[in-house]
Amino acid sequence: MAALEVRGLVKQFGDFTALKGISLATMQGEFLTIVGPSGCGKTTLMRLIAGLEKPTSGDVLLDGNVITPLPPRARNIAMVFQSYALYPHMSVSENIAFPLKARGVNRPEREQLIRWAAGVLGIERLLRRRPARLSGGEKQKVALARAIVRKPSLFIFDEPLSSLDAQVRAVARAELRQLHGRTGVTTIYVTHDQVEAVGLGDRVAVMQAGTLQQIGVPQQLYYEPANTFVASFIGTPPMNLLPRGDVILGFRPEHIVPRATLPTSADVATFDIRVTRTEFLGAEWIVYGTVNGTFGDAKVLCRLQHDAIGGLKAGDTRQFAVARSLLRFFDKDTGLRLPAPSNSTKSGAVAQR
Amino acid sequence: MRTSFPRNLGFFVGLVLLCMFAIFPALWMAITAFKQNGDLYNPINNPFLFNLPPTLSHIEFLFTNTNYPIFLWNSFVIGVLVVAITLVLAVPAAYSLARLMGHWGERSSIAIFLVYLIPPTLLFIPLYEIVTMLGAANTIWSLVLVYPTITVPFCTWLMLSFFRSIPREVEEAALTDGWSRVGVFFRVALPLAVPGITTCIVFAFALSLSDYVYAAVFVSSTISRTVSAGVPTELIRGDIYYWQALMAATAIVGIPLAVVYGLLFDRLVKGFQVDLPRSAKG
Amino acid sequence: MRRENMAIGGEPDGYKGLSVQPAGLRLADREGFVGTAMLAPAIIYVIALVGVPFFLAIALSLSDATVGNPSIHHFVGLANFISVIHEAAFAFALRNSLIITAATLVLLTILTIIQVEILARDFVGKRIAEILLILPWAMPVALAAVGWLWLLDSEYSPIDWILRAVGLLGPRTPLGPANNLYYLGREWLGLGAVVVINVWRTLPLSTIIVLAGRTAIPHELFEQAQLDGAGYFRTLFRITLPALAILLTVAILFTVLVIFGDLTVVALTTRGGPGYATEILPYWAYLKGIQGGALSQGAAIALFLFPVLLAVSIVALRMAYRREGL
Repeated sequence: MAALEVRGLVKQFGDFTALKGISLATMQGEFLTIVGPSGCGKTTLMRLIAGLEKPTSGDVLLDGNVITPLPPRARNIAMVFQSYALYPHMSVSENIAFPLKARGVNRPEREQLIRWAAGVLGIERLLRRRPARLSGGEKQKVALARAIVRKPSLFIFDEPLSSLDAQVRAVARAELRQLHGRTGVTTIYVTHDQVEAVGLGDRVAVMQAGTLQQIGVPQQLYYEPANTFVASFIGTPPMNLLPRGDVILGFRPEHIVPRATLPTSADVATFDIRVTRTEFLGAEWIVYGTVNGTFGDAKVLCRLQHDAIGGLKAGDTRQFAVARSLLRFFDKDTGLRLPAPSNSTKSGAVAQR
Repeated sequence: MRTSFPRNLGFFVGLVLLCMFAIFPALWMAITAFKQNGDLYNPINNPFLFNLPPTLSHIEFLFTNTNYPIFLWNSFVIGVLVVAITLVLAVPAAYSLARLMGHWGERSSIAIFLVYLIPPTLLFIPLYEIVTMLGAANTIWSLVLVYPTITVPFCTWLMLSFFRSIPREVEEAALTDGWSRVGVFFRVALPLAVPGITTCIVFAFALSLSDYVYAAVFVSSTISRTVSAGVPTELIRGDIYYWQALMAATAIVGIPLAVVYGLLFDRLVKGFQVDLPRSAKG
Repeated sequence: MRRENMAIGGEPDGYKGLSVQPAGLRLADREGFVGTAMLAPAIIYVIALVGVPFFLAIALSLSDATVGNPSIHHFVGLANFISVIHEAAFAFALRNSLIITAATLVLLTILTIIQVEILARDFVGKRIAEILLILPWAMPVALAAVGWLWLLDSEYSPIDWILRAVGLLGPRTPLGPANNLYYLGREWLGLGAVVVINVWRTLPLSTIIVLAGRTAIPHELFEQAQLDGAGYFRTLFRITLPALAILLTVAILFTVLVIFGDLTVVALTTRGGPGYATEILPYWAYLKGIQGGALSQGAAIALFLFPVLLAVSIVALRMAYRREGL
């Protein structure tokens, strides 16, 4: 059964609707990442789950029980904030003790639990220190220790790595996943960085403007985006989207290659591309170009392995191709994903002369 | 910023002139307090020099032959009581406005300061009636009752900025860690607001010292007067002003207050700084 | 709540985590209730001792209460207001209250801008300067007034001594022929003295308010101005002052509230004299209402303050909230 579930969550701040009806369910023990551009509502969603705000309508359920009317402290949810929110006037050990004190745990037991939690995170030697004298990575560990000492039903991480510098971030990411593996607690991880979201999550939920765009395993989002927003948000570089008539055609940059590199019998759609720029990235090339004809000078990006570059340079015009099975179709007005047209004789109309 | 010599000169001249303007009366008070009669009351003498040696006799006179010590004591007692009442009323009120009253509560800073600025002269006559009705007229209790109308708005305003500067996330972490809002107030907000509370104590005390209108109107008997009401009236015997003692009386209270206020200068500036509005981020 | 047994490893035996609080809200959780409960005592107190007296003042002014008989039994309508307006002192009191306030504001604005510019910089000894410059506000009004009383004494003022020493005062001098200026005994000198004292004691607060805004101006703006070749005064008038406009106005309006309603300075220096020359509304209210015993008349006079105070407060509030983007 679902560990955490939200049903129809709506949140309004005066005239502004931050969440327009979110429903999702997590599986027990999964690591779910929630990603979206800033302003999409992901932090609001977290705060509603944690109980820091009350929803305008909708419910939050934990382990099958409705917890919507409960204050944060009755929910057994641990939240790690972006700024870690350590209590500045307390030492590390007092920080970790804080939730235990709130529940009336007696001193000897408290000491035991603090030592245990600190041990899990490897911060025993920091117990006497004050937060002001900790590095970013150390602060995060204290915040985590404070969270696990409670053995919560759910962890929520709100952009916990954005205040670390890039090097530390990679290490911290790995450690977080390790911790999750060890504890098995259902975790919701919020970030604006889609690379991080896709790399970390068992499943990924994409949000935009207060609605849930798609939720699924990373591969699903990458190869089968539900709409143009997900298609252009997930993946670096994003999916190419070319408007044509009523339809928007989509394909990943690594799926478009010079026609000549594919066997003549392959079932492909072809495009005449005029190259505007090429970038050498070591393991691959990025080719920028425009597609002529009915696509009206739409811009296109290709990632080519360096042996496929074939002497291509700016100014050249070459025929490129995409395997038809890799094409994605989206409705022009709604952006929603359309099934591929079944009539294969249409292939002639898709291609360009 | 590299500055030119004329600009630097202008700066220092301006600084010195303004400082002189500010402290000239206090300087004169301090000098007068130690001057002998023969020196002071001689119009030919340079008033800024001690043409006769300085003397402590006037200060002695102040403390032994006048009611000044009583005034000091009254002011002290009133101050302590008013501080206690103010803290009990203003600190929770400020926290409520900062965290629990929504958007307008946070922004009520200026409105509160305006309440502080309501002049006693608007209300002193009806307050005099009320105080008389309660039987507190002519006692220090009339002032203990009324001074918080000045100190509570001011201290609420001051504490509001302190509470707002505590990061919200720290309090929210405490909420998820298992405390109720009341628990968060006592265990997180108050300990972090201690500098603000000490500033409040100082200002509540000083504000209760500095009122004249209520002190002069509500209390006429000498033994219950405060420093502000007693000094201007009691150190005058007929038409004779004991100027040196008078000046000593004013300096003894005024100068330490200036030092304390000056040390808290930055806290006051902070009270008027509005932090940037939080965006309703998703 | 059911929970999976999350075995992290190493934890004390049988530790299943913290027990969850019983479901449901306690009173201490209801933020609305807690917020109101924390705010209520202060609000009740202010209403009782500020709001109620205000309405009482109105009631008093419409009655015939006196110190001897302070109950509000008879309503006499606007009789108090009418009789007060017809007194000779009224014209002086109203005029002086307005003039003193206006003159104070003009001087105060100029000096505040200068002082803020100076304090915006960092310099050695700034702490000491802050202590010195805040003294006029820190000193209790009554004590400061007594100090000025002596400073402007008609016989022994050191200012007069300096003027005599440089030859500006005394027989055959521009300010002579007397050896002293009777600051507190002349109409215009008296008014001027009150203005100077007012400026002196309100300058610190006004500076602090405007300084709060001055330090918020990003220094890139000044650097850009420097690159663009703007000199000191151009920067001041084109960049600094517009940015400070709102706070400066708020500071000025606050000062109006302080000065317009103040009676202490006049009470202890000029006493409204000579005659009614330096009489002001609040002091006159005190003379009539408390010393003279006519409570109702005193209340009526004090109420003349109210329209100005209200107008100023409203404008100040709107300006300040405009700044905060509301």
